[in-house]
Amino acid sequence: MAFMGDMINPLPFWQNGPAPAAFYNFPGNSSNGPIGQSTQDFKAHSANPITTTTTVIGLKFDKGCVIAADTLGSYGSLARFRDCPRVLKVNDLILLGSGGDYADYQYLRDIIEQKIIDEQCIGDGLQLKPKSLYCWLTRVLYNKRSKMDPLWNNYVVAGIQDGEPFLGAVDKLGTAYEDATIATGMGAYMATPLLRDALEKGPLDEESAKALARKCMEVLFYRDARSFPRYQLGVVTADGVIVEDPVELKHDWTLAHMIQMK
Amino acid sequence: MFRNQYDSDVTVWSPQGRLHQVEYAMEAVKLGSATVGLKNKQFAVLIALKRAVSELSAYQKKIIPIDDHIGISISGLTADARMLSRFMRTECLNHRYSHDAPMPVGRLIALVGNKMQICTQRYDKRPLGVGLLVAGYDDQGPHIYQTCPSANFFDCRAMAIGARSQSARTYLEKHLNTFMDSDLQELVAHGLRALRDTLPNEVELNTKNVSIAIVGPKTPLRVSDEAELTRFLALVEGEERRGGGASATGDAGPAPDRPAGEDRDPQAAVAMDTE
Repeated sequence: MAFMGDMINPLPFWQNGPAPAAFYNFPGNSSNGPIGQSTQDFKAHSANPITTTTTVIGLKFDKGCVIAADTLGSYGSLARFRDCPRVLKVNDLILLGSGGDYADYQYLRDIIEQKIIDEQCIGDGLQLKPKSLYCWLTRVLYNKRSKMDPLWNNYVVAGIQDGEPFLGAVDKLGTAYEDATIATGMGAYMATPLLRDALEKGPLDEESAKALARKCMEVLFYRDARSFPRYQLGVVTADGVIVEDPVELKHDWTLAHMIQMK
Repeated sequence: MFRNQYDSDVTVWSPQGRLHQVEYAMEAVKLGSATVGLKNKQFAVLIALKRAVSELSAYQKKIIPIDDHIGISISGLTADARMLSRFMRTECLNHRYSHDAPMPVGRLIALVGNKMQICTQRYDKRPLGVGLLVAGYDDQGPHIYQTCPSANFFDCRAMAIGARSQSARTYLEKHLNTFMDSDLQELVAHGLRALRDTLPNEVELNTKNVSIAIVGPKTPLRVSDEAELTRFLALVEGEERRGGGASATGDAGPAPDRPAGEDRDPQAAVAMDTE
């Protein structure tokens, strides 16, 4: 009989009632106290980022894009985890950088990697494109924020879309935009002018784009209180994606004595 | 016949290893009027013969647009086709909304196949009695796919399904190698000729009983209007039919296309593709 389901997937006997062998919270009552608490669903409302990462910068050059981010996971003001890579090769066309809560990034990273695996299993030769990932991320992040349960991250999506370089950013509210230069976090204030000035003079090639990114990481290390001198660079071109190993910044504090605090 | 013990339930195998209910569902596809699909290097084209239940009613629509880049032509139970088309439209729309890109045709077909397979493995469902010809265009170029009630689907260079469609398939096989290099006009002309071969003697193709849909690069799916139909039909006007006059069952009514052979088992070759 259709209304009984079958052996393996039986239909429930009733809707909107007590589940067999479980406590039932009658609708309309306020919280039932300690015993009731243990069987209530736990709902998250808003979130606090715990282990956080700082700026991500991204810029377009003539044949592709560069993304750079340091490898520090801060625990409030404590520089706690010094090897938190957050520049991810998604597939041969897409590079992803993330700032903000590191656990939320790890959660989404696993889901994105599974998406890529599922696509490989289909095996039809089609690859996820950067604009599609950017759109999908926007929908996921906006949906979570609308449930008052955001993934507390800033994402920078870079890649090659139909032969052209693509660069976009999505934040924890689901705000999405594309630009030739992107900087999140403290970098939005400090790196953005540097990046825009350079691009205003004309398109860059790969080497000058990487040099500009490194310069921005140096400036950010001097001035961002939650930054770190080890950072990672990622480059995406039509030839593919390369995420370099973390490198150490050379920093020079000899002018520190000139700073007078009154 | 001993097969009658095993054919009342889709969850019962026959001793020969066949699911008779699925095969009977395939017969429903053969009851629908013919439809033809073919493609060249850029375009995929569907051409369908519409049928009117009586002189009083309008001709039944055969081509259903699914998305800007996908259209289907149906043969069999129209109601089942409507359910499938609603599912396909929803999937395409959701994909476009979340990925800002048209759904790849092959992946949509796989979803349809999976959905149809469920109906062939539950005792409380029946196989969907409709076959589809799907024309689509995506990053990999134009596609023609055929789906069956058995939940099999096939990537085709050209295909015809429905009543008396064997004549159309014969025509398509004969001219297969010319399709890739044809331009759009020649392609549609080939399709119309293939469709014409399925007609009984006294029926002619006209703008009322033919439906044409075209999809291709920078060409969203378009079902031809009367003016375009007239132009396409003019391409094949006055030509001799080859191998026409298939059966003596007068009008394009819902009669089966060969004398009902109760003692003859349906051909299993297409039904149960066990490769």
